[in-house]
Amino acid sequence: MNITIEKRDGISLLNIGEERIDAHNSQQLKEFLLQQLEQGDKQLVVQLEKVRFMDSSGLGALLVGHKNALLKSGDLKLANMQPQVLSMFELTRLNRVFEIYANADEALAAAQ
Amino acid sequence: MSTQLIQVDIVIPTHTKYLELIGNIGEQLVNKLDGYDGDKEALAYHLNLVLTEATANAIKHAPDQSQGTDTIRISICIDDNQLNIKVFDHGQGFDLEAVPLPDFDQPKESGMGLFLIKKLMDSVCYTKTPQHNVLEICKTL
Repeated sequence: MNITIEKRDGISLLNIGEERIDAHNSQQLKEFLLQQLEQGDKQLVVQLEKVRFMDSSGLGALLVGHKNALLKSGDLKLANMQPQVLSMFELTRLNRVFEIYANADEALAAAQ
Repeated sequence: MSTQLIQVDIVIPTHTKYLELIGNIGEQLVNKLDGYDGDKEALAYHLNLVLTEATANAIKHAPDQSQGTDTIRISICIDDNQLNIKVFDHGQGFDLEAVPLPDFDQPKESGMGLFLIKKLMDSVCYTKTPQHNVLEICKTL
């Protein structure tokens, strides 16, 4: 999976470089998030600007990352979500679980 | 509004690498629809999602998913404003009625796929026969 990491003020900004997250690659996303948390990166902001499609397994992968971040007294925020992808969070009411920001700067400001 | 008959039948091995292909076919079908005056972009996304979820579910329940030697048949038909999707698999099957709603207060990693299909489409039913199982999904356009 194409993911790049940028560090800003101790917060890891993860840029997802995939247009599509489904049951074929969601496991990789989950493992990547868990690996980051395991390495000590507890404050994560996941940028989803390039993701134009996400299925329930993609939602599940982010949820696992979010739960594990909380277990480690960390945090996983989402930013730059495409409207159709956001609608999946609304349908499953996961928009009440995640902190979702319009862009990375807003997410980083909230994480400070 | 009236849509012309479009029917597509696809057979794929039980492997998740084909999910994108199946989903994209659904999107492309919607883009070719004449006479649909609703939100085409939303319908295209929903059809992509529903086909992806239904096919992923069939792959998950396939008898030998790791080998990818079994096949799944997906039939998509749009006729007279009716969208009909059938996904045929050869797995052990499952009880659609026994699948619980997701717990929205304590959400879990899995179990949201069928909920999304039901939410976005008008009807969903699952039939088991000795030859195969069929997940049938319908929506009025």
